[in-house]
Amino acid sequence: MTTRDSPATAAIGAGPVVAPTVSWRRRLHVRRWEILRWLSPLAVLVIWQAGSAAGLIPADVLPAPQTIARAGIQLVGNGQLAAALRISGLRAIEGLALGGSIGVTLGTLVGLSRWADAALDPSMQMLRALPHLGLIPLFILWFGIGELPKVLLVALGAAFPLYLNTSSAIRQVDPKLFETAEVLGFSLWQRLRIIVIPSAAPQVLVGLRQSLAISWLTLIVAEQINADAGVGYLINNARDFLRIDVIIFGLVVYALLGIVTDALVRILERRALRYRV
Amino acid sequence: MTALYDYATDTSVEAPVAELRSVSKWYGDTRALHAVNLRVDRGEIVTLVGRSGSGKSTVLRVLAGLAGQHDGRRSVQGAPAVAFQEPRLFPWRSVRENVGYGLSRRKITRAEALSRADRALQEVGLADKARAWPLTLSGGQAQRVSLARALVAEPQLLLLDEPFGALDALTRLAMHRLLLGLWREHGFGVLLVTHDVDEAIALADTIVVLENGTVAHTLRIDDPRSQHGQRDGRTDEYRSELLARLGV
Repeated sequence: MTTRDSPATAAIGAGPVVAPTVSWRRRLHVRRWEILRWLSPLAVLVIWQAGSAAGLIPADVLPAPQTIARAGIQLVGNGQLAAALRISGLRAIEGLALGGSIGVTLGTLVGLSRWADAALDPSMQMLRALPHLGLIPLFILWFGIGELPKVLLVALGAAFPLYLNTSSAIRQVDPKLFETAEVLGFSLWQRLRIIVIPSAAPQVLVGLRQSLAISWLTLIVAEQINADAGVGYLINNARDFLRIDVIIFGLVVYALLGIVTDALVRILERRALRYRV
Repeated sequence: MTALYDYATDTSVEAPVAELRSVSKWYGDTRALHAVNLRVDRGEIVTLVGRSGSGKSTVLRVLAGLAGQHDGRRSVQGAPAVAFQEPRLFPWRSVRENVGYGLSRRKITRAEALSRADRALQEVGLADKARAWPLTLSGGQAQRVSLARALVAEPQLLLLDEPFGALDALTRLAMHRLLLGLWREHGFGVLLVTHDVDEAIALADTIVVLENGTVAHTLRIDDPRSQHGQRDGRTDEYRSELLARLGV
């Protein structure tokens, strides 16, 4: 594809002997949007760095990218980042696992059974209407200031996207497939394994991505309050010492965590949809 | 109207593979079937024709055990196999796994089920598609997989709900030929629901005309079938009779 010239020249047999410069330019032309996508954030970084170097951007408001990178390297080098990531990661994983499994379990019940739908869904919708971040004072009174309130708050936030997506995914399973299962004599377990799970998986994974995003967001807020360890503590501590570079680096770490975990779920999504050709 | 041959009370032949005796079926306040008598003998092809809403599909669903409560008696030998108008394959499972699910009722290993699935796929001429995803198949191919899934358990009764209705004319003829070939080979009884009069004539030993939820007419066809599922004898005669019965 890339070595071929325009159809006109290819038609008269000039196709295979294309000059390399033409092909190079053509390749650039074909990928111009992709290149532009990479160029634009790079340009922002370059302008930022240049602005800082020229003294246009005051360092005590927004340090240069270079300074932030140096702070990052330092935190990686002295092991503070690894320790903070371990703590924050554990909070997020525990909260997501707890809230996610509650969301998926209730969503499955509500999706499969009219009884469960009538009994559980109204309460779930009511709870969902509560802004879970607003519960922080209550959680502190109930559960203190240790790990428990943070994990529970993440769990509360993560439960709903998975609940909503799971229940709606299961409701949307093609009833004709259940009829086919009836004809084939499937057991309940076979119905779940062969019909419900693969059919619902793509939308449940969308729910997982939303839950992940909420988990990180909840964690960031929860860690601002009464944290003595974790990425949030790193940031709060840096505030006390006016280390804006560390604060911004901490934010970048949060952003990267979000992007990386989202990308991991996207890989799962692609696998769950590999039959769609 | 001429006196109908009453299959339901004739006991001179061996037990049918499927039989309905005065079956009625209500959906809420609507009566879908009223006192339907019908039988499919071992190795017989019965086609069920009728206008939309005449209850054709309901008869099939009652026989398949999908219709829930009904009045009257239903008896079916073994578990009937069903193929629907849409192939209804599980898109996230390979073709051979889909066919293997036809053996769900059997207590056999997965490996055994898959090897029998491969043999069934060979019979419908799709051995090379065993590992393909169903969504990569053409409509006719998918319908052949659906047929393989229905037949892999070697049922005595095959229920077909307009299985060729969505296929183009050439593919449909190829499917008739395939079905007749498999039928000659295995000798299962068939109940085929169709709105295509020519298809009914080409395939049937017996054509049952359904009207407003009751059997309005039964037509025996004894003319030999050709290889291609064409009927040599009085096809035109049958067609005009059926069309008249259907009020066309």
